[in-house]
Amino acid sequence: MAQAYLDNSATTRPCEAAIEAVTACLREGWYNPSSVYRPSVEAFRRVREAREKVLRAVRGEGCDAIFTSGGTEANNLAVLGAVNRMRGRQVVAVSAVEHPSVLAACEALERQGHDVRRIGVSLGGELDWEALEQALSDGASLVSVMQVNNETGWLLGGERLHDFVNGRALVHVDGVQGFLRVPFDMKWADLYTLSGHKIHGPKGVGALVVKKGVKLEPRQIGGGQEGGWRSGTENTPGILGLAAAIDAMLALGADMPERLMQKKLRLIRGIREAVPEATVNGAAPEASAPHIVNIGFPGVRGEVMLHALEGEGVYVSTGSACSSKKLKVSAVLTAAGLAPGRAEWAVRFSLSPHTTDDEIDYAAARAGELYRQLVRFQRR
Amino acid sequence: MRDVLLVRYGEVFLKGANRPHFLKVLTDNIKRAVKPLGGRVWLSDSRVYVSDFTDLAATVDRVSKVFGVYSVSPAVETEKDIDVIAAEAVNLMKGYSGTFKVQGKRSDKKFPMNSMEIAAEIGHQVLEANPALKVDVHKPQHKLMVEIRDNAYLCVEEIMAVGGMPMGTGGKAALLLSGGIDSPVAGYQLMKRGVRMCAIHFQSPPYTGELAKDKVLQLAKKLAFYSGGMRVYLVPFTKCQLEIHEKCPDELGTLITRRFMMRIAQRIAKDFGALALITGESLGQVASQTMEALCCTDAVVDMPVFRPLIGLDKTEIMEIANRIDTYETSILPYEDCCTVFTPRHPVTKPKLDTMPKVESRLDVDALVEEAVQGTEMVIVEP
Repeated sequence: MAQAYLDNSATTRPCEAAIEAVTACLREGWYNPSSVYRPSVEAFRRVREAREKVLRAVRGEGCDAIFTSGGTEANNLAVLGAVNRMRGRQVVAVSAVEHPSVLAACEALERQGHDVRRIGVSLGGELDWEALEQALSDGASLVSVMQVNNETGWLLGGERLHDFVNGRALVHVDGVQGFLRVPFDMKWADLYTLSGHKIHGPKGVGALVVKKGVKLEPRQIGGGQEGGWRSGTENTPGILGLAAAIDAMLALGADMPERLMQKKLRLIRGIREAVPEATVNGAAPEASAPHIVNIGFPGVRGEVMLHALEGEGVYVSTGSACSSKKLKVSAVLTAAGLAPGRAEWAVRFSLSPHTTDDEIDYAAARAGELYRQLVRFQRR
Repeated sequence: MRDVLLVRYGEVFLKGANRPHFLKVLTDNIKRAVKPLGGRVWLSDSRVYVSDFTDLAATVDRVSKVFGVYSVSPAVETEKDIDVIAAEAVNLMKGYSGTFKVQGKRSDKKFPMNSMEIAAEIGHQVLEANPALKVDVHKPQHKLMVEIRDNAYLCVEEIMAVGGMPMGTGGKAALLLSGGIDSPVAGYQLMKRGVRMCAIHFQSPPYTGELAKDKVLQLAKKLAFYSGGMRVYLVPFTKCQLEIHEKCPDELGTLITRRFMMRIAQRIAKDFGALALITGESLGQVASQTMEALCCTDAVVDMPVFRPLIGLDKTEIMEIANRIDTYETSILPYEDCCTVFTPRHPVTKPKLDTMPKVESRLDVDALVEEAVQGTEMVIVEP
């Protein structure tokens, strides 16, 4: 059992309200929201309320929300759906550090003949604005940039991006890692992706928020549910679970992000006290997302640190995938200019509003002890 | 009349006084293989028969993977009456065209016709009934086999099986299973010779993770299919590796690590009742598999070390891995203990007499003892 679960960017523990909503829906509210008798109409009404909740959470009153199977589907729908609805060859600008569900969609666009520009990001979390400007002046019709980078906590897609693009292209923001932990306003984007299981909701549900007037080519066709944008009988347990999770997050109060930031700073302080050599990879902690921090433990591979912490009941992740022949390091960190040797040391800690100070202090202390043991043994 | 599966065995034939024992084991193993599908298995007159199965294709598949089986044929069993046999033969050959021959065989010498006469009579009737067929006794496209034993048996198809010796007749050994491509193949090759085995895997947390262990158990599961269950010993190896890394010259690290593995494996093997160790080494594949290096690793154990892949190329090993369906699992990219502290320039021609001196910096016995004591055993079912 975990003594400290600090991998909330991978997934979060479902909250009681979400579990309750899912099981109640499976037990009693299981009717098909497309049917016309009373219990079905009730299910339909519940889904509509959930949709309104999603929209309110991103100040998107007047927008549409398409429920999807999660963040990946919503990102695919945003990128492929928007470009496939346009005529001719398009220029698309994405940050080079997007989630694979955006990057793979862009590769698919390239195979269709579109021109994809990957915009670099500095280690400090600054988009290469010049390159973005170039893409826009070359006629880019879609800009897709994530709200919060999953490995580093960089704040990328928001008001500043919106002001820069200034209506010259559609803006899609992948908000999977930011939703409800970093405030967002649909004024800043035309399309916004969110996912249930990153905010203590169930897996298998997410949404794409779409500003009125934005045209999308559906990726899944059939019975015409979700306004024809996403056919298939609605995942009512998931949708109601997501709605319950949103309510529970909002109930934590408007100052929750600030409290979350304090937790993160406490963790960084704790680790730095225990391991003075540790470095923060990315932007200054105060200038990045309140729940993600990427820390380098010099001389110890992230994967080894991860397994060592696992042995103490502390669950974290690395940005890197490892292969027995060749060590691959985080593409995000190396793209941002971190030397591969240093990227190999990276460990990502990600918090939730429910993370306790005890968990944080325990993790920092264990990390310190383990680091002292492990740093003695390095591959020569 | 009923459908049966006719099972031919290979090398077991060569046995003399021991043959009944080998056949008993083989029959029991076939029984175990078809058990999930239902089916009666019996041994009679130098053949094993399977009847009353529910799914022919699945039964063929399972039986043809039992070590010791040479080939299998779906067959029809009838009474020993030449008219009945001929009618069945005509029926069986209905869908065929091209050339054929009938091969008669009579172990029941009381049957009124001899093999030649049986073949001639059946061939005649089949030919009359199916004009699309022509006789070719030298190179036929189809061979209709008619055997007169306790009953009469007819079959056309012969499906080649794995061959080898019945599982359990080859003694007990311990396989060093790393999670790579080679070691499962090495295990398979000796299982094929009837060797029952346990697997020994070395893990080095935190340098290796839960996924690496899961992968090894998946590989063991694939092998367990052939043996009907397998013990996997999981050895905590981190301490040995760290000590070696800290106290021994880098270029000898892998070799000394291998020597520790062999020592620990031998201890576990003896507890298991094994008489030999099995490894997936192939001569010259990597630095620790040169002849000099193998001499150094062999020197620390007194039981024989079987290396069935010693003369195979990597491509040949991969081919077998693909056939026994372990390849895809083996190439999953999880770090295993062998790659944790791989030196940049390992020695390729180590000298045996330098080993004791280098290892004197370590408390070998205590390290081996601690690893053996900490070993965890998991039983993997197929």
